[in-house]
Amino acid sequence: MNFSFLPKYYNFFIIGAKNTVLLAVFTVILGVVLGVILALMKISRNKILNFISTTYIEVIRGTPLLVQIFIIYYGLPAIGINFPAPAFLGEYGEEFVAGIVALSINSGAYVAEIIRSGIQSVDKGQTEASRSLGLSYKATMRYIIIPQALKNILPALGNEFIVVIKESSIVSVIGIHELMYNANTVRGNTFIPLEPLLIAAAIYFILTFTLSKFLGIAERRMSVSD
Amino acid sequence: MIEVKGLVKDFGKLKVLKGIDTHVKKGEVVVVIGPSGSGKSTFLRCLNLLEEPTAGEVIFEGKKINEKGTDIDLLRQNIGMVFQLFNLFPHMTVLENITLAPIKLKKISREEAQKIAMDLLNQVGLEDKAEAYPNQLSGGQKQRIAIVRALAMSPGVMLFDEPTSSLDPEMVGEVLEVMRELARDEMTMIVVTHEMGFAREVGTRLMFMDDGKIVEEGIPKEVFDNPQHQRTKDFLRKVL
Repeated sequence: MNFSFLPKYYNFFIIGAKNTVLLAVFTVILGVVLGVILALMKISRNKILNFISTTYIEVIRGTPLLVQIFIIYYGLPAIGINFPAPAFLGEYGEEFVAGIVALSINSGAYVAEIIRSGIQSVDKGQTEASRSLGLSYKATMRYIIIPQALKNILPALGNEFIVVIKESSIVSVIGIHELMYNANTVRGNTFIPLEPLLIAAAIYFILTFTLSKFLGIAERRMSVSD
Repeated sequence: MIEVKGLVKDFGKLKVLKGIDTHVKKGEVVVVIGPSGSGKSTFLRCLNLLEEPTAGEVIFEGKKINEKGTDIDLLRQNIGMVFQLFNLFPHMTVLENITLAPIKLKKISREEAQKIAMDLLNQVGLEDKAEAYPNQLSGGQKQRIAIVRALAMSPGVMLFDEPTSSLDPEMVGEVLEVMRELARDEMTMIVVTHEMGFAREVGTRLMFMDDGKIVEEGIPKEVFDNPQHQRTKDFLRKVL
């Protein structure tokens, strides 16, 4: 094993990891927002909203993430929609935004299904009892259904967060300097093919393992109230 | 109080209610009996629009309710319902279960709602369970709490959908006792049940349903002792 590149190149991995976390955080937030909206559309009685949401989810889940990323990165500017480049994202702001958009659009579909199934797993009798007391649909959702659905949703959502961290490596193809991209750069610069990848893999694992431990703690906390 | 005219309910091709006409007056205790699948529960659920009638009219306190523009939520505040499977909210304490709707809908203070709740709990002998969660209670206790939860909105009428059918036999009595108490206080009640003793003793009117229709109705004792229709006779022979 040859890790002699580390003293010179360790900063590549730190910056890469930082960008990976940044990507994941933005994607998770936007993905959840999008997922909640899609899930509400899917369980609504409005046929049009229903159709839009179902189609969206099926198309996103039925096409590869890599294809989606390319379509968004090359396609949107081609039809005149340019990505902004916020200063705090550094030199590759446009790519970064494109990456976040693509990952969020993808993750939103999965989050929507997680939330929908969580809500629908709550017994129908709960809704009936609440509505029969005179509580509105909205109040029923807020006080009765969502609090119970969260227990089903959170573990699956945690899983999705872990998937997002790992899948974010794929946006290296559009030149975002995240962990995978930087590991590749180190490989190119040093002509060491394997070891930089091992370092990257180790960092990915540390990120996901830490997150999964935190999620485990959160889950235990929630089940105490049962 | 509740008038039903030509009530029809279809689930797709399945015709569950085939034209129900009846009139429930204030203070009546109407007990609905009949074989499974006869439409008893569906009939009850049409009265507070948990099921939307396919045709016909449901008139509550002089106003047709199954039409556009009805404030269903407001209407339901006045119609309490008790379910076969209790449907208590498992993530809330007993007290929270009871006070949620009064606090949110009647705009009364938490303290006031809790006081009403404790009074009602007292009446059913469960004041010591106020802070318990539903999964710590027996079936009979859950159902008594469910009745209290509905009563906390001080409804004008109470609907009971087989309230004792999922209880262990030794717990049926305590729930029926609460219902008997309610009847004594002249609560208007419509009760779908298989408890023939309760029907005979507490009911002011017995309604026998079969195949989506009211086959026969009348004073419980008379219907039990002298049923007029063959189908009523057959049913009563089997259950009594």
